[in-house]
Amino acid sequence: MRTFMGYERPDGSAGIRNHVAVIPSVSCANGVVAQIAKAVPDVVPLYHANGCGRGGSDLLLHNLTLQNLCKNPNIAAVLVIGLGCEVINSQGLTLAISLTKKPVENLIIQQEGGSQKTAAKGIAIARRFVEETGKIKKKPVPIEMLKIGLECGGSDAFSGITANPSVGILSDWIVENGGTTILTETTEMIGTSHILERRAKNQEIAGRIRTIISEQEKKTHEVLGPLAKAVVAPGNMDGGLSSIREKSLGCIIKAGSKPISQVIEYAETPAEKGVIIMDGPGYDTDSMTGLAAAGCQLIVFTTGRGNPIGFPVVPVIKVASTTKMFKNMEDDMDINAGAILEGRSIQEIGEELIAKTEKVISGEQTKAEINEQNGILCMYTRNTSF
Amino acid sequence: MKPNAIRIDPEDNVAMALEDIKKGETIDISEEMSITAITDIPFSHKVAIKEIRAGSDIVKFGEIIGEAKEDLKVGDWIHTHNIIIDEEQL
Repeated sequence: MRTFMGYERPDGSAGIRNHVAVIPSVSCANGVVAQIAKAVPDVVPLYHANGCGRGGSDLLLHNLTLQNLCKNPNIAAVLVIGLGCEVINSQGLTLAISLTKKPVENLIIQQEGGSQKTAAKGIAIARRFVEETGKIKKKPVPIEMLKIGLECGGSDAFSGITANPSVGILSDWIVENGGTTILTETTEMIGTSHILERRAKNQEIAGRIRTIISEQEKKTHEVLGPLAKAVVAPGNMDGGLSSIREKSLGCIIKAGSKPISQVIEYAETPAEKGVIIMDGPGYDTDSMTGLAAAGCQLIVFTTGRGNPIGFPVVPVIKVASTTKMFKNMEDDMDINAGAILEGRSIQEIGEELIAKTEKVISGEQTKAEINEQNGILCMYTRNTSF
Repeated sequence: MKPNAIRIDPEDNVAMALEDIKKGETIDISEEMSITAITDIPFSHKVAIKEIRAGSDIVKFGEIIGEAKEDLKVGDWIHTHNIIIDEEQL
């Protein structure tokens, strides 16, 4: 059984990192979170712009996203900072996180008597969490505990023939070792429905695949109007792609060749292992939050134009589609799949990516981690705020 | 040696040109095979690497991307003019 050196969590999951997260339940608490993070640089602040002012499905979606994100096994302990009058209340969020039995505490600014008093208490809790979680020792953990999110962003004409097929080889390897990979960005599956349906483990999953792709195609037309052609029509004919299916095949190849065992909603925790499809947007940063909330300990991100973005609690491995971009942005890129255009085989680069992944899951930092490419959490949102 | 075309899946009967290839020029696909272009193949476009009969499948990424509209020879440029795409199947 293949293993990596990871952190066991009380709920039976395993992390590849050991972060203490400080999260606001609502954007109004970001300032206090920032004060705590400034005083205790070892914590990871999870800044975001949501938590209130929304109703219906978005409220449920953001609640699920925040809860599941904090349950991510890369997080050892969580401090939740609430305001007091927000819709996503911090006590509820804290209670949900406590179900994992990881250490979690909650401070509410309106109850503590303002920003400074909350920050002072928060700093003390954060220091204690950092000290306590620092004592957790790494142990050998089977690869089957791993969930890897598959992402492409800033694609170019080569993404589909170099970087994405290399990731497909990694995906097959993870699944052969009993682990899980999650393919998302439903927009980029348009035109490949029958191919993905054929890979579904049963008829019910095939039906779900058909539904999410056709819904996404409708939605793309609604949102983009005449511009939808750029996404759902054959794309750039001058680029040699003859159909939308051919374009999308270059995206879904990230998920290799193994059967599809479940279709999940954005930010939902999969119940199955193997290849999972998460219904979600093509916007990279929204997509990565959904993958982290689904429990991915690692994201593998292919890019052609060169996107440096990482994610606060989840390492991101960047796979460049051309040598030219890799050399231009070497500080941000981990693997050069562009070498395939110079004579290396897809299999060789796939194996290089597997070797890199094995190092990263046992602790080696990715370029996005070194560069602290953490940013702010973006979340999938269906409607406007009110 | 640097190839000037790439085949993605062993099942594929097309490769993608990595540069503009002129009619009569040699196409090297990794170390696997060498063929001759019988038409101009523009950069990033597809070229047939096997004989493909009219009505037969055109395969890229190991998947069917369309049917040949006419008999295609090794070294032929393949694009919308000689592929039939069954949109219903999308």
